[in-house]
Amino acid sequence: MEYFIIRNLTYKAKAFVTIMTEGRFKTILEAYPPKRENLVSVLQDIQEEEGFISPEAVSETAEYFSISEADAYSVASFYAQFKFKKPGRHTIKVCKGTACHVRGSGSLLAALEERLGIKEGETTPDGLVSLERVACLGACALAPAMVVDDKVHARVTLAEIEKILKSLK
Amino acid sequence: MKILESLRESAKKNWAEFQNRARVMVGAATCGRAAGAGDVIEEFKKSLKENGLDGKVEVVETACIGLCYAEPLVEIKREGEPSVLYSNVKPKDVAKLVSEHLIGCNPVAEKAEAVMADEEYRGIKPFKKHPMVELQKRIVLRNCGVIDPENFEHCLARGGYEGFERALSMPPEKVIEEVTASGLRGRGGAGFPTGVKWGFARASKTSPTKYIICNADEGDPGAFMDRSVLEGDPHSVLEGLMIAGYAIGAECAYIYVRSEYPLAIQRLKKAIRQAEEAGLLKRELPNGFKFEIRIKKGSGAFVCGEETSLMASIEGVRAMPRPKPPFPAAKGLFKKPTNINNVETLAAVSSIMREGAQMYSSLGSEKSKGTKTFSLAGKIKRTGLIEVELGLKLDDIINKIGGGCADGKKFKAVQTGGPSGGCLTPEHLSIPVDYESLAAAGSIIGSGGLVVMNEDSCMVEVAKFFVNFTENESCGKCIPCRMGTQHAHAILEKITSGRGEMEDIERLKKIAFTMKQSSLCGLGQTAPNPIVTTLRYFEDEYLAHIREKRCPALVCPQLVHFSVDAEKCTGCTACERVCPTGAISGGVKKPHSIDSEKCISCGACYQSCRFGAIARK
Repeated sequence: MEYFIIRNLTYKAKAFVTIMTEGRFKTILEAYPPKRENLVSVLQDIQEEEGFISPEAVSETAEYFSISEADAYSVASFYAQFKFKKPGRHTIKVCKGTACHVRGSGSLLAALEERLGIKEGETTPDGLVSLERVACLGACALAPAMVVDDKVHARVTLAEIEKILKSLK
Repeated sequence: MKILESLRESAKKNWAEFQNRARVMVGAATCGRAAGAGDVIEEFKKSLKENGLDGKVEVVETACIGLCYAEPLVEIKREGEPSVLYSNVKPKDVAKLVSEHLIGCNPVAEKAEAVMADEEYRGIKPFKKHPMVELQKRIVLRNCGVIDPENFEHCLARGGYEGFERALSMPPEKVIEEVTASGLRGRGGAGFPTGVKWGFARASKTSPTKYIICNADEGDPGAFMDRSVLEGDPHSVLEGLMIAGYAIGAECAYIYVRSEYPLAIQRLKKAIRQAEEAGLLKRELPNGFKFEIRIKKGSGAFVCGEETSLMASIEGVRAMPRPKPPFPAAKGLFKKPTNINNVETLAAVSSIMREGAQMYSSLGSEKSKGTKTFSLAGKIKRTGLIEVELGLKLDDIINKIGGGCADGKKFKAVQTGGPSGGCLTPEHLSIPVDYESLAAAGSIIGSGGLVVMNEDSCMVEVAKFFVNFTENESCGKCIPCRMGTQHAHAILEKITSGRGEMEDIERLKKIAFTMKQSSLCGLGQTAPNPIVTTLRYFEDEYLAHIREKRCPALVCPQLVHFSVDAEKCTGCTACERVCPTGAISGGVKKPHSIDSEKCISCGACYQSCRFGAIARK
């Protein structure tokens, strides 16, 4: 559903800008033979490059693999990793693994939601920060853990959150 | 069959030299880095340069030695002296360590955790006698934190690929016999005998093309054993894969690894390249065996722990399980016979083939042989990664190795096996940790995550947490799992918010029974376990929530109220500053108060108050 909504918006409002130029997209695709087993890897590479899976990416990928757009989208939307909206300039991922949970990651997430004024999975209106939760980062011994733009913060306290938020520009 | 003879000889020489050289080794696995190992490394490099020691003292990155609670860990070695392990090293400590230990030959006693030698050294206890290490038996983890995982010579010098060479000199059937004799059981959670599983795949006649898959999609939240092995000793996993491939007759292997483990992926890629360069992969070996290893990145689906889902994911479709039979040994990946093993199982295989089945089967209890790695996490004093013989008492693991609960609080429960497992209570402390004993207590060993909970954990809320997790991760294919997790979650939400009724307990039991009996795959069948065990051992907590509308552990936000004790409050404004909703007011040096309308019961004020002035009830 999400995909089709975004797609419609794209065509109606033309507010959608793809970061990737056509040529770059081609190099990603051609790194893999058009075999079904490479579909997920291609989507992963696209997301790494663009930050999300755009409607154009879905249709280009589908064409390359000779499958329907719905098929390509059904695979992408199954996996938690793929995002369909443009993420903010910074991403905060709060670990919600068991160890982090019993050490209070719930309050971290609640505090971040309050401070940023968004819910998990959303991006602030100014496009600065996206807030996500992840199942487990594997840094359980240093719970609660949080990733801010690929940097893992260990044993995060509520006071630290203030500092981290202030450092994001 | 000796393939690596000449390489190994020079590797051994270089390793002996390396061990004797002055060096600084920093634990820089994911957890070490999170604790700040990166800054410590930079600081060491800077400090060594300032003191004119760059070039004389090497700074080496190693992986996790298991004492995660004490990260960042640094090992400092002077030539001719035993190396000393320092804990909780911060960049500000570096100058002192360099000037006193490396230059002044005086180990810094207050920072020293252990000495890496058999004897006590200047009052520092040997690593083997460290309370967290003494009861361990490290086979799978033998290289973790000891070698530089990106250095192929270190791996070779420590016996890497000796097991593979030995396997190649035997017929495949004999390799399977040896693994069966070792008593090794699948370490991913199911505990199925590995040798028997290989036998099925070997005997399968469906197709001459066969596959072997290493399941490194460690999705169980609270477990990080596989990550540590992949980051600390990637070659042991590759070796296990090659042995398994040879035994079942596969030519191609896939390692399915979580994309959340970037460092593990990077180290695996490097290890595969090293093995290729050494002529172990992609080239015909003297007896005609040729093997290839590919990496496939997972995309964040817990259901991929189920083998049929994992194979669907590799094939590039939605990772949904399918009914079995046909089992993967008959029809697996791309409809070819396939064998799937977990990371730890494969790492154990390389040791078994190197040292023989007898070494492994002599360890452990009667039906559960060998060793198992566990990750200790949650509210325990010494969090980290351990490997112990199966059959060790739970008490020894929690209290002796883990040092008991953190902050001197009372031990309440330990969750084993993650969302598919159950909780064990203080009355289970005397049971041996092996497959059978844990199953009898209503739980499972699972992949090996142990999350300790103390009196501050609400067991109803814990059950809700797990069901919420499985609800999110349910693939939606079969109804019992899809609807069961949703309904169970809704009921638990109702109970924890103080709207529960007595009938809800019966409803939960009924849902749990249905899910267990009729779900398609392991995810749905085991998802009710946390509910069943918490109901079994902590029914009183459920009753307190339902009848008295009270959360005994003071966790559930809707049932807990925060207030300020005006007598104790010093007006330091610490709570006011951390409150995310601005519910606290007062001002400097005046007693504060909490506006209950605005309060979301997050507990930030309670955490930040140093005077115990925030009351919960």
